[in-house]
Parts: sequence; C-alpha cells; structure tokens
Amino acid sequence: MTEHDDLHVAAPAEVREEVCSTVRLEDVYLSFGDHDVLRGISFGVCQGDTLCILGGSGVGKSTILRIILRLLPPTRGAVLVEGRDITACSRDELLKLRQRMGMVFQGSALFDSLSVRDNVAFPLREHTCLDQDEIESRVDEVLSFVDLDPGDVLDLLPAELSGGMKKRVAIARAIVHEPPILLFDEPTSGLDPITTRTIDELILKLRLELGVSAVVVTHDLTSAARIATEAALLLDGEIIFKGTPEEMHDSELEYVRAFLE
Amino acid sequence: MSEASARRAAAQLTRDAVFRVALSVQEYFALLARLLRACVTRPFYGRALILQMDTIGVASLFIVLLTGLFTGMVLALQSAVEMEQFGATIYIGRVVGASAVRELGPVLTALIVTGRAGAGMAAAIGAMKVTEQVDALRTMGVDPVRRLVAPRFLAALIMFPLLTVIADLVAILGGMLIAVAKLGLTPDLYIRSVYSVLSENGFIFRYLPIDLVQGLGKPLVFGALMALTSCYYGLKTSGGTEGVGQATTRAVVVSSVLILATDYFMTQIVLVLFL
Repeated sequence: MTEHDDLHVAAPAEVREEVCSTVRLEDVYLSFGDHDVLRGISFGVCQGDTLCILGGSGVGKSTILRIILRLLPPTRGAVLVEGRDITACSRDELLKLRQRMGMVFQGSALFDSLSVRDNVAFPLREHTCLDQDEIESRVDEVLSFVDLDPGDVLDLLPAELSGGMKKRVAIARAIVHEPPILLFDEPTSGLDPITTRTIDELILKLRLELGVSAVVVTHDLTSAARIATEAALLLDGEIIFKGTPEEMHDSELEYVRAFLE
Repeated sequence: MSEASARRAAAQLTRDAVFRVALSVQEYFALLARLLRACVTRPFYGRALILQMDTIGVASLFIVLLTGLFTGMVLALQSAVEMEQFGATIYIGRVVGASAVRELGPVLTALIVTGRAGAGMAAAIGAMKVTEQVDALRTMGVDPVRRLVAPRFLAALIMFPLLTVIADLVAILGGMLIAVAKLGLTPDLYIRSVYSVLSENGFIFRYLPIDLVQGLGKPLVFGALMALTSCYYGLKTSGGTEGVGQATTRAVVVSSVLILATDYFMTQIVLVLFL
C-alpha cells in the first residue's frame, strides 16, 4: 500500500467507456510500410484522471503520446481532444488544441539557449498578452509549485541543472499556461528512487490540486501504482489490459502477471 | 546471383534513389511555401531576427573582410603578371572591379558564410530536433518554421547583400594596395579604372549600374538558398549526434553546389536580358 492508495479513485468502468473524452482514441492504427506500430488502440481519459500506459521498450507507448499531439498522424482511427478530432482539424485549430495540452518529454526538451526563466515563460510569451511583471510572477509561482526555489534556478541554463531539476522545470513549463491535459513521456526514467518519488508526488499533486487529466507513459510499475487512476498495458502495438491499478494487480492474464513480476 | 536478378536489384535501387530525391525536392518546396507564408503573416519574431542577423552578419564580418582583402590582392597580383607584358597595368582596376563586384564578391562571400553560418544553422536546428526541442515547440502550439526558420531566412536575406558589398569594397581596396605598392599606380587612377568598368555596361533605372544590381541580386538569392537548405537539413535530422554531423555536412555541401549552379544561371539570365 502506498500513502496515496486512497486517492486512486477512477470513474466507474461504464462511465469511462461512455463519457471519458477529455482525451479519447478510437480504433487507432499506425503503420510504417508493412510494419504495424499500433493496432486498434482505443481508450478514453476522464476529466481529472491519470491514465498510465505501461509496456516494455519499443511497443509504441511514446508513439501514442505523439499521436495525441498529432506529431504523428495515425494511419486510421480518430483522436479526440476535448471532443474535437485532432486528426481532422486545420493547422490553426491544431495549434490552438495543442495549447490545451502540456507535454513533458523524456529528455525534458528544455531549450538549451534559454535560461530557466525564459524556458518556463516561453508559452506565456507566445500565447498570452501578459506584461513582464505578470509573467515573472507566474513563473515564480509554478517554479515554487514544482518545489524549486526561483531565486536559485531562474538564471541557470538547462545544462547547469540536475536530471531531477530538469524534469521539474519541464513540468513547470508544461503547466505554466494552465492546460487541462498533461502528457508525460517516461517522467521518471534515469532518476534515482528518491527523485522518482518526488516527481510522482508532483504528478499526483497536479491531479489533486489542479484537477488536470494526464496520460503518463512509463515502464516503472512503482510509479504507475503511485499515480495512476487507470492503467493500460501495451504489447506489440495492442492494449492487452485496461483497468485500475488494483484490477491490474489482480489480473490473471499471463503477460500481465509476467510484466508485474 | 544471376545477371537478371542483379539487373532487377540495380533497377530497384535506382528507382528508390529517384523516389528519395523526388520526395526531398517536394519537401524542400513545401518548406519554402510554409516559410514564405510565415514571413508575411503574424506573429513575427523580431528579437530572433536581430539575433540571427548578429550570428550571420556581424559574426561573419571578420572572415568576410579577410576573404575580400586577399581576393582583391591576389586578383591584382595575378592580373599584373599578364598585363605588364602589354604595358596595360593601368587597367588593373578594371579587372579587379569587374571580377569582385560581378562574381567573386557574391560567390566567395556566400560560400564563406555558408561554411560558417549555414553549418551553424543546420547544427543548431538539428540538435534541437534530436533532443525533441522542435517537438516541444510544436506541442506548445508554436510553428517551428515560423519560430526557427523564418528569422534565419530573413536575416540571411538582409545580411548577405550587406556582407557582399563590404567584401566588394575591401577586395577593391586590396587590389588598390597592390596596384599602388607594387605597380606604382596612383589611387586616383585605380579608382577611375574601377568606376569605368562598373559603369560601362549601362544602368538600370538610369542610376543603378547593371553590374551593381547583378552583384547585389545574387547574394539575395544565395542567402535564401543557404538559409532554406541549412534549415531543411536541420529539420530533417535524425539519428542522434551522428545525425547532426551528417545533416551539417549535407547542408554545407548542397548549399554550396546550389550557390555555384545558381550563380551560373543568374549570370546567363543577366547577360541575355541586359547586355
């Protein structure tokens, strides 16, 4: 049992199937030539839920995030973000829909040439009319939210940060414009157990305090158990299990048992 | 392997290569179309433009000055050897002026700046691509063509002609150094000689010497080619740090070849239309 077990309250299964359309994939396929990367992926994420997509390396977990953002167009199927099909919208609509999401990349993807301040302020400078003071104040606020001292890190470049700090700055950048949907690609890979726990708690805090919906791609079962309200297990481009972490833990499916053990 | 199957394999390889080239050309022009749209519609990135003008222009100034100076000096030296035989050294300014303004100034400046700034562009964008920073831009609703390519493209359009004018002037001055120090010409005679060659091909709009227009039109095109090609290869980078190196090399090689080939065709067009 983790200290957050009581927080794993997902919508009932029938509700998940019917109305969970904050992010919804319907029968999504992705192929490169003869190679099928994803085959018939379908799931929905309810408002305020955290879906963890688990699976081994190279099964297409991160590809799902890229499809949700339309960094990759699916071969077929629909990808709905807040009810709008992101695969069928115009370029301008796509840019607006992407602003409704925040993405934390596996390698953090902070802009090398910009300081922490400018990295975090970037989405605000791009998409809002806030003045400099308001931007500075918002940057301080989100850096404090991710447990970084603005005074210590604001003027540092990404190369001067540790792995855990980079992740936290990346999360700060992803939430600074208050998107209702967050996507995490392996948020704890390469981090030590203590930093991993800190990042997990931060993701939980985002759900509990800000009510964001999240899709987290990970192969870290401990992290998934801490943060997920729902888990999906991917094998060879197909979802072979979907349910709450508890249901996954109790599953009799052979691959699920093998993966958990 | 039989001869027939070897022929089939060779034909397949050729088809694949042709397909890849056709696809690259299509992507190149698609990028150009998106770039032109980004250059004339909001939002504009003024700060990024100034930064790129500094990177392309100011940072390349020293090497362009050196290139211009030594080009002018060597032109004068080489020409003097031949012209002294006919007692025609007073026409050294004509040779240096015409060569520098029409061809060597624009082409050498373009090649030097491509080697420096073009490689930098491809490497910078390529590194951003492989570390997912380009994807990060896209996920934040920012068009990478608008944010990364347009400022570099516009900066190259502005800075290439300016650098070329500077290179031309310094080359003419370099030629004058040799003409005065080694051949005993007066500066006045040398400058008159330069002016006479630049004005003898006539003028466009009454006041603009055709040679000058030709000499300034070329760097505009060369700058556009260099920026577009370098950014194209940068955005296509894949395969980690090794991919960045390959993209950088391809950017410089393809840009240089395009610049040299375009120079020939532009010269041909000017000769047909105006002379």
